[in-house]
Amino acid sequence: MFTETEIGRQKRRIENVMRIFFLVMTSLMIIPLLLIIGYLLYKALPVLSLEFLFANPKDNMRAGGIWAPFLGTIYLVVVSLLVSAPIGVFAAVYLNEYARESWFTRITNLAVVNLAGVPSIVHALFGVGAFVLFAGLGESILAASLTLAIMTLPVIIASTTEALKAVPMSFREACWNLGATRWQTIRRIVIPNSISGILTGVILQVSRAAGETAPIMFTGAVFYKAIAEGNLFAYNITEQCMALSLHLFTISTQVPDVTEGIPYGTAVVLVGSVLLVNAVAIVLRIYVRTRKKW
Amino acid sequence: MENKIEISDLQVHYGDKSALNGVSFDVHPNEILGIIGPAQSGKTTLLKVINRTLEFTPEATVQGSVKLDGVDIDTIGDVYELRRRIGMVLPLPVGLPLSIYDNVAFAPRTAGLRTKSELDEIVERCLQQAALWDEVKDRLNTLGTKLSGGQQQRLTIARALSHQPEILCLDEFSIAIDPVTTMRIEDVLKALQTEMTILLVTNLVQQAKRLADRTAFFLNGDLIEIDTTDVIFSDNPANQATYDYVNGTFG
Repeated sequence: MFTETEIGRQKRRIENVMRIFFLVMTSLMIIPLLLIIGYLLYKALPVLSLEFLFANPKDNMRAGGIWAPFLGTIYLVVVSLLVSAPIGVFAAVYLNEYARESWFTRITNLAVVNLAGVPSIVHALFGVGAFVLFAGLGESILAASLTLAIMTLPVIIASTTEALKAVPMSFREACWNLGATRWQTIRRIVIPNSISGILTGVILQVSRAAGETAPIMFTGAVFYKAIAEGNLFAYNITEQCMALSLHLFTISTQVPDVTEGIPYGTAVVLVGSVLLVNAVAIVLRIYVRTRKKW
Repeated sequence: MENKIEISDLQVHYGDKSALNGVSFDVHPNEILGIIGPAQSGKTTLLKVINRTLEFTPEATVQGSVKLDGVDIDTIGDVYELRRRIGMVLPLPVGLPLSIYDNVAFAPRTAGLRTKSELDEIVERCLQQAALWDEVKDRLNTLGTKLSGGQQQRLTIARALSHQPEILCLDEFSIAIDPVTTMRIEDVLKALQTEMTILLVTNLVQQAKRLADRTAFFLNGDLIEIDTTDVIFSDNPANQATYDYVNGTFG
């Protein structure tokens, strides 16, 4: 009884090998991230300070800080999400909760999938044509943000749809049987139980909006613009702004003799801000898991 | 005696597939009508037609008429009012992700009731009726989804009673709960009979025998036979298939 056969031993060996194989593959994922962050921090340490964050670039961007691009990126991200988050979330609610299968919903879903696959430089060209020229917004924070909004919209729709689908159908049926309208069901049951997933999806788009260079470089971001240091309202959304991603590109490739630490410092601030925002999303998800209601 | 529900030539199709092929029968006021039959016989579809939740299934088409108190339900403008007149209990207990109190207060609130004292009164009465009050009265603010399966099913019944329905539909309510709880709920149903009409869809033929005044036997979308429970469960119901089914020698 229960003596191990040759087949049993072999199965156990393969089991161990496979587990270690998958573990190694998983670990490989962590190494690049740690290397990138470690390398950036090491190179950036000489320049990193609060002064670096809150001062404008100086001497043709060879010295000084990154206040103008930092604030510009915040403006671009916030304005673009103010546009794409409500439209995306409400569109997803319609598609998931109201719409019946029809040619309209099929086309919309097709548009969502394809829009998500359009390269960002194409979004940039569209932004120039539609917002800068046709709508007459000129190269401005508004035009650049709208371009970013078009880019993030389909992903927000997709992530919101996922969050809504995670609410069991039986909850909706129970509400309908109790004489609740679709809207009452959405407001009292569906949204309260998917809001964290929806917000997580929206927050993750912050990193995309902050990191993209192509969609903003023709629509509203400039090489250099000095603004009032330390003033959060230094930009006007009908004017152009600097942005961290474009700034990093400029000082790395277009300007000679930049102090070595400055590009790395810029990169650290960009990556750090994105990681910070992602961390908020992670905390939100953990918080929700602990108070999951079913 | 006026009929509570009159169903005539009811046909339901899901796409090309027929679920009910022309069913006609009446439901009397304050009776318990047992509805028995194997899977795929159209029992659940029938209940969904009556409270018009079949409208949420896009590919379903309905022909024929269902009258509630003599009014064709298709002509009822306020479908939400219709659904509140009919209490529905589904096979698997679904506690909404709300507190026990809010679960029971859900329907009255969606109907516009806001007065705390009235809501308190409804919650207590319905939980009493569903034989759940004594177990939960000290923790009405805990989540309904954290209750055991049997408790959740009684919560579902309390919720179905919260909008004071005239008709209570139960779709295999005992499928997920233990026999003791089932017996308690059966007692509850007998007590409720004085106040409302009850449609009891069940896979347990003995449950229909215990509770129902009349029993209807469905098979593959056809109503084979409807008669008093005594006749259906006697040695000579009108149809041989009925006899085979209730005696377990079916097929």
